[in-house]
Amino acid sequence: MSDSPCLRTRDLWYEYDTAIPALNGVDLSIPDNAYLAIVGQNGSGKTTLVKHFNGLLKPTRGEVWIYDRSTESATVGELAHQVGYVFQNPDHQIFCATTREEIGFGPRNLGLTPEAVRARVDDALETFALTPYADTPPAVLGYGLRRKVSIAAVYAMRPKIFILDEPSIGLDWRSAQELMVLVDNLHAQGHTIILVSHDMRLVAEYTRQMLVMHEGEVLTYGPTEAVLCRTEQLEQAQIAPPQINRLARRLSDLGFDGRTLSVEAFCAAFGELWEEKT
Amino acid sequence: MSIISIDDLHYAYDPPLPGGEPIRVLCGIDLCMERGEFLSLMGPTGVGKTTLCMALNGLVPQATGGRIRGSVEVLGCDPRRTPVEALAARVGIVYQDPESQLFCTTVQDEVAFGPENLGIAAQEIEERVEWALNVVNMTSYGDRSPNQLSGGEKQRVALAASLAMMPEVLILDEPAASLDPLGRFQVFEAIGALCRQRRMTIVMVSHDAEHVAQFSDRVAVMWEGRLARVDAPSEIFFDRSLREQVGFAIPQVSALAMALNDRYGSTYRFTRLDEAEEALRRDLVKQQSSP
Repeated sequence: MSDSPCLRTRDLWYEYDTAIPALNGVDLSIPDNAYLAIVGQNGSGKTTLVKHFNGLLKPTRGEVWIYDRSTESATVGELAHQVGYVFQNPDHQIFCATTREEIGFGPRNLGLTPEAVRARVDDALETFALTPYADTPPAVLGYGLRRKVSIAAVYAMRPKIFILDEPSIGLDWRSAQELMVLVDNLHAQGHTIILVSHDMRLVAEYTRQMLVMHEGEVLTYGPTEAVLCRTEQLEQAQIAPPQINRLARRLSDLGFDGRTLSVEAFCAAFGELWEEKT
Repeated sequence: MSIISIDDLHYAYDPPLPGGEPIRVLCGIDLCMERGEFLSLMGPTGVGKTTLCMALNGLVPQATGGRIRGSVEVLGCDPRRTPVEALAARVGIVYQDPESQLFCTTVQDEVAFGPENLGIAAQEIEERVEWALNVVNMTSYGDRSPNQLSGGEKQRVALAASLAMMPEVLILDEPAASLDPLGRFQVFEAIGALCRQRRMTIVMVSHDAEHVAQFSDRVAVMWEGRLARVDAPSEIFFDRSLREQVGFAIPQVSALAMALNDRYGSTYRFTRLDEAEEALRRDLVKQQSSP
């Protein structure tokens, strides 16, 4: 991971047309090739924050930079080259007559040749196992499939930064696992991944950095393993760490490490505690 | 008497294009539920979970068309022949996508809409709205527009709107998917309490294995239009071949139990955090105090 940030905010405020600001003074620097989870309660400002990263929202006050460009003067279309945003609700982004057209829409607007667009669409259809639905109107597909279409459409744009807002919602377990493998690959290829999620198991298993939003502010931000152990702040944001971690904490009087985050680690610790006594 | 009784139910949607093949979704569903039972419905996308939910309140086939055979009985009515609005008072449904059911200008109106259409006295409507918003922890949002709410907050409002109807059967199609962890727990807990205290019968589609294990009496795993297995959580989550075939999430403590069993030859079968803590504590303490 290089040190130069791909994304920065300075004193970012945002107010919808209500009295309460949705973001109040967010200062943030996200390194290039980060694998970041943004967590927090419903209404804590997660989606509002990430909508600033692709220019869908412009700060009421403060500034946002993508690489070294301020979003102030940039259009959503210009930022789309760098930042791909997958909406929480796939129906907010789906509108074409066929899945193929839907996925091709973004690449076409990047000014690629028809051949290049076709190649990207075919690749996206295959990567997301959507080839059987290529000629189906995406609107008639089931929710999980519509989600896949919305992610595939962003994938076809090959943005440097991927923002996925609650990607596992509406996906079944197997599809969610498959999706995370794809996301992992994107990260390995050097993309920056920003994941808005409530699924702490997924956050613990995959992401490297974690940011906790609370009432429009950044409550804490750091390496995922470290943030998952900041009990006080997690409680304040009403976030429960993964079940295995809660179990290890409850059994810490017997010698388990309260920082345990995986079944594998718990299992090994159990073995050691057992052996110790025999 | 069963509250829900389904016998060899088959259903196919009409072909999307004229002259095409009908889409077979339900292929022989059998299910019996007693009053006050909490059943979770798990299984991959596209196996027919939502269609089955809609067959319970008559939207399938009344609003969707298609071909249906076999029998369905909910609260002694045949949902195919009972007007949807008559059944709506007794069988509540919360959809996957909250936006498909929100349309009023304030949260309060939204939650009051159902009871108002049941012809209930104004005073009682007010009480129900207050109660329902309290259950989903949205009391302070009564005057807000649903449009101004976040995804998870909208889902809470959709749930409150159904609760305010006080249905005897409540069908929930992934109602907690976009809620934050605490909100999700609160919703499950509220529904669990309705189930125990008011003997409400619950059918809930959920992929959240940890909450499913904590709150449901039985889990139905759906696969290719059928119920592959309907059983207690401790049976379902330890059925490896079923899991291999269907692919569904299991609680992290159950994954731990299996890992411990494989590695150390133990025979753990816990599905809930409390059970796991108790069993492991008991065994380790016994081990540590043995000479």
